[in-house]
Amino acid sequence: MHELGDLYQEIILDHYKKPRNAGLIEQPTCSAQGDNPLCGDKIAVTLKMKGDAVEDIRWKGAGCAISTASASLMSEAIKGKSKAEITALFDRFHAMVTGKGPSEGLEKLEVFSGVSEYPVRVKCASLAWHTMKAALEGQKDVISTE
Amino acid sequence: MTTAVQSRPGFDVRKVREDFPILKTQVHGKPLVYLDNAATTQKPRPVIDAILRYYEGQNSNIHRGVHHLSEVATRAYETARVKVQRFLNAADPREIIFTRGATESINLVAHSFVRPGLKAGDEVLITHMEHHSNIVPWQLLRDEKGLVLKVAPIDDRGDLILEEFEKLISPRTKLIAVTHVSNALGTVVPVKKIIAMARARSIPVLLDGAQAVPHVAVDVRELDCDFYAFSGHKLYCPTGIGVLYGKTALLEAMPPYQGGGDMILSVTFEKTKFNHLPYKFEAGTPHIEGVIGLGAGLDYVTSIGLGAIAAHEHDVLEHGTKVLTAVPGLRIIGTAREKAGVLSFDLEGVHPHDIGTILDQEGIAIRTGHHCAQPVMDRFNVPATARASLAMYNTNEELDALAAGLRKVAEVFRA
Repeated sequence: MHELGDLYQEIILDHYKKPRNAGLIEQPTCSAQGDNPLCGDKIAVTLKMKGDAVEDIRWKGAGCAISTASASLMSEAIKGKSKAEITALFDRFHAMVTGKGPSEGLEKLEVFSGVSEYPVRVKCASLAWHTMKAALEGQKDVISTE
Repeated sequence: MTTAVQSRPGFDVRKVREDFPILKTQVHGKPLVYLDNAATTQKPRPVIDAILRYYEGQNSNIHRGVHHLSEVATRAYETARVKVQRFLNAADPREIIFTRGATESINLVAHSFVRPGLKAGDEVLITHMEHHSNIVPWQLLRDEKGLVLKVAPIDDRGDLILEEFEKLISPRTKLIAVTHVSNALGTVVPVKKIIAMARARSIPVLLDGAQAVPHVAVDVRELDCDFYAFSGHKLYCPTGIGVLYGKTALLEAMPPYQGGGDMILSVTFEKTKFNHLPYKFEAGTPHIEGVIGLGAGLDYVTSIGLGAIAAHEHDVLEHGTKVLTAVPGLRIIGTAREKAGVLSFDLEGVHPHDIGTILDQEGIAIRTGHHCAQPVMDRFNVPATARASLAMYNTNEELDALAAGLRKVAEVFRA
């Protein structure tokens, strides 16, 4: 079992207290809503696309430290990346938090590797990512982690 | 700190703890502090033994076989029904229907009592602090038959506003369905006053006692309620077994809830004659070991005494309220005048889920989330709360450990 510090690392607490790219883009290219019924977390992700790449991302939500920091760090990680790059990153992030893949090379996102030790918290870390992916893929329904 | 615990005559919490094998568990290398009793309670040795004894020496289907084991199992099953009757002080064991839990009990009332003859515009009156299990069954009838669901408000302490409640009673009110004790806030609802209001207008009353029976002695005849629902597993008994108490005259007039074996007297393809009470409502092979475990659990609770349990829990609740209130940034949600067993709270700047995860590392089990009472969360404008809920085996020291754990949470987040 990881020590608590592995989950609540400084960088996670920092992004929880000072979330980056918070807010909503007024006229987004695409957007999606996410919902984690287990803890009542809700998130909205708005994207501004330039060609195939994410030019800007803003998100709005209220949730636990893990879900808030995950949305914040994700917004930094995907800005400027193409759809294909983001999909690849999503897959690697998802593999890491579910304990099915390595954390190496995920840079700042590696702080979420400890989440795989807390099965009920995996949804917290992945909600923003699922919602962002839904926005990218133009899904209309609210994304639920349940 | 523990003097109050020790001073209750005839109640020794150390001795009680010995009866619950799971309390010796270590979690993450720390002694388990189990404070999630409103979700489910731990099981005492006599309940575990009764189930073991059943499977090792009594297992058989009931009510049908003429062989020895079937008679033994049937006797054990029906003896448990009488234990429930006595526990609730019901007039007759036929008024005790075994269900899967309080949820199914409420659904049974919705389906077999309220639904037949329901006209669009008929009303069911509940309160703002119901568990989802006393909200959703009525919404299903609203969608199907046009039932109107009326919700009585609560104040900022979590007390029901009785004047408003009374104003919501109308000539169309078919049933008043209220919780006896709120699972999210711990509020003890003044059900006697509610029943008096209902009696004056000849409106039947269903009480959801899931959260009440572990903490409050219930006498259905003194209360004069028409239906009373509870679950075994919140009362130190097995999961999957619950009770619906109903007055004989009402139950007699109600159609069955489910069809199947055991609930019939005779079946042809043209016509089925339903069985008498209580079997009319117990279709299929029941949860026999659950019922037997329930009987053993009620014996256990009765041997300790609900009065002694309530007094002890009251001491621990008071102590817990005091030490938690002293944690900087902590706010108790639910400060009703009369409370039982529940400490809901939030901690400034920390999401309840993070509280739960950090406390778990200290071996402390609490519940975080909406507690299946989302309207209560909306009322207090929080997405979720953290909830410590008590049982007879909790101690002041455990509440001290909770307070220390919460200070640690605050440290992690404020560093």
